[in-house]
Amino acid sequence: MMATDRLMIFLWIVAGTLLVAGLLWGFFFTPPDRVQGSTVKIIFLHVPSALIAINAWLMMLVASIIWLLRRHHVSALAAKAAARPGICMAAIAIATGAIWGKPMWGTWWAWEPRLTSMLILFVTYAGYIALWQNSEDRNRTADLAACLCLFGSVFALLSRYSVLFWSQGLHQGSTLSLDRETHIHNIYYFPLLLCMAGFIALFVVLTIEGTRTEIRKHQLERLLRQEVSA
Amino acid sequence: MKSLLLHEINLAFRARGRFALPLVFYLAVALLIPFGIGPDTETIGRSSTGILWAGALLANLLPLQHLFQEDMDDGTIERLTVSPLPLEFFALGKIIANWLATGLPICLVAPFVGSMLNVPSGTGPAILLTLLAGTPALSSIGAFGAALTVGAGRSGILAAVIVVPFCIPTLIFGSSATNSLAAGTDALAPLTVVLAISLACVALIPIASAKVLRINLR
Repeated sequence: MMATDRLMIFLWIVAGTLLVAGLLWGFFFTPPDRVQGSTVKIIFLHVPSALIAINAWLMMLVASIIWLLRRHHVSALAAKAAARPGICMAAIAIATGAIWGKPMWGTWWAWEPRLTSMLILFVTYAGYIALWQNSEDRNRTADLAACLCLFGSVFALLSRYSVLFWSQGLHQGSTLSLDRETHIHNIYYFPLLLCMAGFIALFVVLTIEGTRTEIRKHQLERLLRQEVSA
Repeated sequence: MKSLLLHEINLAFRARGRFALPLVFYLAVALLIPFGIGPDTETIGRSSTGILWAGALLANLLPLQHLFQEDMDDGTIERLTVSPLPLEFFALGKIIANWLATGLPICLVAPFVGSMLNVPSGTGPAILLTLLAGTPALSSIGAFGAALTVGAGRSGILAAVIVVPFCIPTLIFGSSATNSLAAGTDALAPLTVVLAISLACVALIPIASAKVLRINLR
């Protein structure tokens, strides 16, 4: 335990340093954009959180498949632990997007493909977390949640492309370009990369901590059972 | 298989109140939203396809709580696992019975509700057709949610929360098909997509539901 504790402290420090450095650089040492003014700096929160929100689900999918195939308990618990940072990141992405959208588009929210698919992802996370909260039998819930994750992945993909259809069908001229990062100036790009690394590190740390908590809860329950039966 | 299907259909229609409840709920949704929008008939007419589809989706969530619960409680599903009939067919039977008892009646009343909601005249058949194409998907996705949460206490609301985001693609293509048909434009693309979603769901979700039911039996 001591070695892993030290490793965790090290990881926390790495995540913290990356985040503080990236955000400080982004917020205070980049010039305001010619068109957007200083609101462009929201990008340093918005893009990394959206990145994590999507990739956390991918990580949960991989962990669920590992659990279903190899019955490795830690991977089921890791999938459970990743859902919470995932839903928080989705919320941050939506909130910062709204704050950015108000001065730029003149609206907090638009029924636009990328916004709506993030909202759908948020609701999907909520369903997944709600399922985990529900049952006492840990193994069974892990199986059910893994099935839900697989099922949800299929439908998340379907939603991702059907909202494109829907939004084109009703209104055209959405304002987000799909490859923003390739057009961005290096002066924003490097701090953005640092922020993304920081968010990834933060997600990894939070997920590992969550998994460790789950493992300890598991061990505690077993100890309590032994205590009762003894 | 056939007798099981007939039995399920029989049960779905006879269970007191459950057959009529989603229908009444559907009417209630269609009644309430115009009160929220205001009496302007033009606005209501523009929102009508949305109301019809979202109402169908919501009404489909109502029977989920009971879909597998009683068969789970009285051991029917457990008995079925040792019978020669695969659990997949049982799930398919449930989906078909549920669709006949909930989805089909909603499809049938929807054109009339639609005319109440001031849809363009002559679009009744379009509404019926597109809902017929889309509701099997809603029924089967709902059945997966019901199978997933059959062991949980407050399963009804949980199944609804889980299922709602998965219904969105059906809703998008379904209402788009209705709108295109109503406007007289080419509706083939959304209609075929919604049919594809429905067929894929009816074919594959019984397998997923049976898998989940087996997990819940353990």
